[in-house]
Amino acid sequence: MILKTRLEDLKIIGFYLGKIILGLALTMVIPILIALCFGETNPALDFFISIEVSVLLGLLLVKICQTDKDLNWMQGMIVVSLSWVVAMILGAIPLYLSGHWKSFLDACFDAMSGFATTGLALVQDLDHLSYTHNLWRHLIMFLGGQGIVVIALSLFVRGFSGAFKMYVGEARDEKIMPNVINTSRFIWLVSIVYLILGTLALGVTGILNGMKPLNAFFHGACVFMAAFDTGGFSPQSQNILYYHSFAYEVITVILMVLGALNFKLHYHLWMGNRKELIKNIETRTLFITILVTFSIVAVGLAQTGIYPAATMLFRKGFYQLISGHTGTGFQTIYAQQFGTDWNQLALVGVILAMALGGAVCSTTGAIKMLRIGIIFKAFKEDLKRIIMPERAIVIEKFHHIKEVFLEDKLVRSALMITLAYIILYGLGALIGMFYGYPFIGALFESTSAAANVGLSCGITNITMPAALKVTYILQMWAGRLEFMSVFTILGFLFASLKGK
Amino acid sequence: MKKNFKLTLIILFLVFSPQRVVFSQSLSSGELIRNAKEYDGKLVVYSGEVIGDVMLRGDFAWVNINDGENALGAWMSAALAKEIKFTGNYKSRGDRLEITGVFHRACFEHGGDLDIHVRSLLKITNGRMVKENLNFDKVNLSLILLGVLFLIWILTLFKHK
Repeated sequence: MILKTRLEDLKIIGFYLGKIILGLALTMVIPILIALCFGETNPALDFFISIEVSVLLGLLLVKICQTDKDLNWMQGMIVVSLSWVVAMILGAIPLYLSGHWKSFLDACFDAMSGFATTGLALVQDLDHLSYTHNLWRHLIMFLGGQGIVVIALSLFVRGFSGAFKMYVGEARDEKIMPNVINTSRFIWLVSIVYLILGTLALGVTGILNGMKPLNAFFHGACVFMAAFDTGGFSPQSQNILYYHSFAYEVITVILMVLGALNFKLHYHLWMGNRKELIKNIETRTLFITILVTFSIVAVGLAQTGIYPAATMLFRKGFYQLISGHTGTGFQTIYAQQFGTDWNQLALVGVILAMALGGAVCSTTGAIKMLRIGIIFKAFKEDLKRIIMPERAIVIEKFHHIKEVFLEDKLVRSALMITLAYIILYGLGALIGMFYGYPFIGALFESTSAAANVGLSCGITNITMPAALKVTYILQMWAGRLEFMSVFTILGFLFASLKGK
Repeated sequence: MKKNFKLTLIILFLVFSPQRVVFSQSLSSGELIRNAKEYDGKLVVYSGEVIGDVMLRGDFAWVNINDGENALGAWMSAALAKEIKFTGNYKSRGDRLEITGVFHRACFEHGGDLDIHVRSLLKITNGRMVKENLNFDKVNLSLILLGVLFLIWILTLFKHK
């Protein structure tokens, strides 16, 4: 029997949602400080209005739904999925007010793309966008990469068991520390240390590349946030091609790979356990899949002959591939070039890389390396069962921080999520094809949206149908939260209508 | 006489130069990207606004020029880049340039970048600083919202009492 939603459920959900909204409002103070530093009055007003709307909504929810009860699993999941939708709407307000987005839907598209660390963009005239709005575009990637709920957990929550339910709902089912709040704080510590180092490295490179120091460090901070959080936005319309710099490309590749690694692995590396990097199933799988997918891309590009020198082929092919595999979406070629200069084989290589993604408990989206590794281990186990005598006991293990026995429960869960992602990629491609886009292009863009990558072959632009924009928004949302929270909200809606 | 001589020289250069001008009319960035194979290695004319930074690299410089559709990278001598006074950003409109140069679909010298190696540059219009006018609609809206917030705060105070 399905139980009908109670008023108490709504109150608890509303209360915690309100707290998260207040947390989000607080983050909007950062762009205001930037606006004051750069003397940008109207952008400051855009954020002032957005803060007021957010505080108003957050305060109303907290006051109306005042409760001291803790969250249960269902409520925790719903709070997470709703907070991402509300964050998209509130985060889109300053973008829309800037006048650089043609419609509020376009602003919502970019806000969801930012929070979900995708990187697909519908912004217009980006090269004249204010520092304030540009910072916000990248900051939402930084916040979304760590997790909107993680922010609230780190800042406002002193400790309650519901914290873990929200943490899991945000596609983070691994605890680095014994306590989920300390885990959230560790994630922030890692990110902020890398933010300082990454910004310095990119800023100095920018100056050596001929940029003005202020611009170099501003770009450095923005590009770091987009790279480490595997987002893919950039302060200029040409993305990474703007810098025309090999050094910049090398640094961003390092940052993208760091962002694609499990935060738990970062913790072990920080603790001096470097062997974990080599032994871990995720890094091993990542290495193999990069090798395989890059081979496909390289053969494809060699067939086209567009890059006659091996160094050129490697620089262009490897960069887009790593960008796709880590779920970042940085480009050093124009979106249209995927269609005009790359052949279908090379595109398939990139699509595969995008579909696979990085590590679990990282900032990447997609199926993820742990699941791919587990599925391959399961295949290996089954093959062994066929080859070996019937009486033989086959045990398969893998190393992920510690030695783990391969259980059917793990394989089932990995296969379920993989299947859900494949369906999501396929559905988006079908809708793209419905609107007249060719199969390979539609699949490319759909995979990019659902896997939170951000590489584009040119379909994502302001002229694409509104229904397709909504499709990609839903894909980015479901892909980032890894379905469970989204399924819960659907179940919740069903229970509200049909429950007894 | 001197003028005619100059004109003859220009015509001779255009006719016998290794890369012939494909179109004397300026090409759009979209056209160049879409038909990159066709224009590869040819002399093209492209115009747009200088955006971002003029990035000096030794005796040369990278300048990104946006025609409203896309921005393309232009590789030019530092001496030519010196003519650029304004670059486009939030607070300024950049100089509008018309450049003539060799278009590369995948430049060998620059790791496969799609770019233009500039031979000559013409400044069409000068850039300018943009004065930011305060948007009073936004000011009014923020004041109204502030009032509503204040009202809610007062109401919650009463509720507590």
